[in-house]
Amino acid sequence: MKKLSARRRHPLAALVVLLFALAVTGGLYAAFAPADKAQADDTAQSLAIKEGKKLFAVGCASCHGTGGQGTSDGPSLVGVGAAAVDFQVGTGRMPAQQPGAQVPRKKNIYSQAEIDQLAAYVASLGAGPSVPGKEQYSKDGADIAKGGELFRTNCAQCHNFTGKGGALTNGKFAPTLEGVDPKHIYEAMETGPQNMPSFGDGSLSPQNKKDIVSYLGAVNSDDTPSPGGLGLGGLGPVSEGLFGWIAGLGALIAVAIWVAARTTKAKKS
Amino acid sequence: MSNETSATTTRRGQAPRGERIADWADGRLGIYSLAKSNMRKIFPDHWSFMLGEICLYSFIIIILTGVYLTLFFHPSMAEVTYHGSYVPMHGIRMTQAFESTLDISFDVRGGLLIRQIHHWAALVFLGAMMVHMMRVFFTGAFRKPREVNWLFGFLLLVLGMFTGFTGYSLPDDLLSGTGVRFIEGVILAMPLVGSYLQMFIFGGEFPGHDIIPRFFTVHVLLLPGIMLGLLVAHLILVFYHKHTQFPGAGKTNKNVVGMPLLPVYMAKAGGFFFLVFGVISVIAAVASINPVWAIGPYRPDQVSTGAQPDWYMGFAEGLVRVMPGWEWDIWGHTINFGVLIPILIFPLVLVAIAVYPFVESWVTGDKREHHILDRPRNAPTRTGFGVAWLTAYLIMLIGGGNDLWATHFHLSLNALTWFVRIGFFVGPVVAFIVTKRICLGLQRRDRDKVLHGRESGIIKRLPHGEFIEVHEPLNQEQLHTLTQHDQPKPFEIGPEVDENGVERKVKRTTKLRAKLSKGYYGEDNVIPKPTPEEYKEITSGHGHH
Repeated sequence: MKKLSARRRHPLAALVVLLFALAVTGGLYAAFAPADKAQADDTAQSLAIKEGKKLFAVGCASCHGTGGQGTSDGPSLVGVGAAAVDFQVGTGRMPAQQPGAQVPRKKNIYSQAEIDQLAAYVASLGAGPSVPGKEQYSKDGADIAKGGELFRTNCAQCHNFTGKGGALTNGKFAPTLEGVDPKHIYEAMETGPQNMPSFGDGSLSPQNKKDIVSYLGAVNSDDTPSPGGLGLGGLGPVSEGLFGWIAGLGALIAVAIWVAARTTKAKKS
Repeated sequence: MSNETSATTTRRGQAPRGERIADWADGRLGIYSLAKSNMRKIFPDHWSFMLGEICLYSFIIIILTGVYLTLFFHPSMAEVTYHGSYVPMHGIRMTQAFESTLDISFDVRGGLLIRQIHHWAALVFLGAMMVHMMRVFFTGAFRKPREVNWLFGFLLLVLGMFTGFTGYSLPDDLLSGTGVRFIEGVILAMPLVGSYLQMFIFGGEFPGHDIIPRFFTVHVLLLPGIMLGLLVAHLILVFYHKHTQFPGAGKTNKNVVGMPLLPVYMAKAGGFFFLVFGVISVIAAVASINPVWAIGPYRPDQVSTGAQPDWYMGFAEGLVRVMPGWEWDIWGHTINFGVLIPILIFPLVLVAIAVYPFVESWVTGDKREHHILDRPRNAPTRTGFGVAWLTAYLIMLIGGGNDLWATHFHLSLNALTWFVRIGFFVGPVVAFIVTKRICLGLQRRDRDKVLHGRESGIIKRLPHGEFIEVHEPLNQEQLHTLTQHDQPKPFEIGPEVDENGVERKVKRTTKLRAKLSKGYYGEDNVIPKPTPEEYKEITSGHGHH
């Protein structure tokens, strides 16, 4: 110990002590810190990211860049979250078929498992909204009337009264919401795809979103009752006018022609 | 008359009860002489003459169903909370007008069906009036003595449009409320008086509490009352003038060939009423119209895309949609040309067709009575004008639904708007020229048919090997139909100098008239019909021409 105490005033002593302290804290941390860090490569989450990355490289990277950082052909996906991926790929919009005013909905070619993997990978690029759970968009506990009011206030100006869709500028459009999975509607509100503004939980609370999704399920789905008969697309006076002219007046003129053709011959008395 | 009948009574004993009732009525109302002059009134038979009947019957259907609806409708803007049987509306605040419309739709027996019959019949009514008007226009049935009746019909169409619009607004749903907001904007766009008029009509700021009750009075009392009066006048004039007829053998300007009112025409007309009622009822039972429950109650802070008026107001909507939003700010007053110009063009488009009969008779100088209809091809300028007008109307109708055209045909809304802007000016000109050419082509065809006969489809081989098609000469009736029309000479200004060699003063309107008249009857605008000499020359001798 004498040797040590003799050198305690050595100019390099402080450095040695610092190194020693660092080594001790580092060593202690390595010894006591949660062990899974070292085994992380074997978990499901990491596997999904890995698989997702592979899928991403095949289907998405040509536009969004190999790291999802975005290129001139596609936006950056850092921070868009799993919900955006689930919506875009789940509704068939992504991968896009061709550039244009807007990417339309089409047949989805990915399985839900693959979509989840892609979503996991994109979510790992940066924090964003996650895929909603079933209870978030189920009808239970939803106020349909309130949802209708919210829909007419926030959504109808682009999507029409009951979500039949409408036109936007220069070939863009608000798509019909008929036959869209409630989950996807919820995700669209969260993430604001394409021309749609996003309605974060600050502007539309999760309960509000649930109400809106349930309202659409009540007024614009396959089991929506139509008390008046044929809905004629739910597009309002234009389709009604067309139907009135073709089926209404058309039938009446046909009847008139029929009546006029059946004329009595004047009897000679 | 009654003296004679009492004589028969004594001769044959008691007359049958029906006859006695008729006698009683005749003694007080004079029905025999009325019946004598009118029962045998002749109506010509043609399907296009029944278009007016479709209008009449759908109007009657609208009145009948409308009366039923007033029994349950509350034209009030008082706010209530909905607790009726349509669940997706529970707890929503709405006006009594909207609530009672929901009640009619869901809680009143037969209410929804009657509502739909009422609304479908309105669409059909306006459409039938339009088609009826076009029939009258293209066949020249508006000529003397029927100009006034043409105006009555035109007024019925315009009033029908506004009656329809006020009715469409009554349920106070989000769609029609947007339409009322549109009207408010139109009123506000009127320079100087706009804001005062708006306050007067709405009884305060939009939406206020007055507009629905006021529209109700206008919709169920004022406009239908005027329309009913006009309708009766229209029918009286039809009776008085007698019906026009298409040209044909034995049909002259002095007779009417057809069926007597009683019993044939009456039976047909009565039957046709039920057919019209039936067709409209089937449509109303099958297809939904204006589903207010899906649309929701009106709130000024809400709006939906695809908000259009019913089709008959669609061209007004189109005018506003495609007009650029120009504005001037003069001394703190805004003049909004984006709305002002469309609301000036809207009546101009309508008036253009309304005054046409007077313009035509001024240009052609034709003041004779006409009871024989024109075949549209024989009046190429008129037919061209009519098609041009329809083209402008239809293009604006496309403009009114431009968003749906864009989404359903995958077009750009902006490109479509430009198409309508340009098409509104170019389309009618093109349509006019094309129609006129087609009419002249058809006139040539008629001329050819008269002179050379009908193509029989029989191919004959001549001895020297030539193949010819045998043409069959037309019979006398067909010849008459194809050649009966007049071909007047165009109006001439006359010599430029008078008998003393002094230049005559010619009014500018006279010059214009001469120019227009040339457009009607000038050399290039009419194919001369074959003269008897031409016909004789060609038909004598060689038969196969």
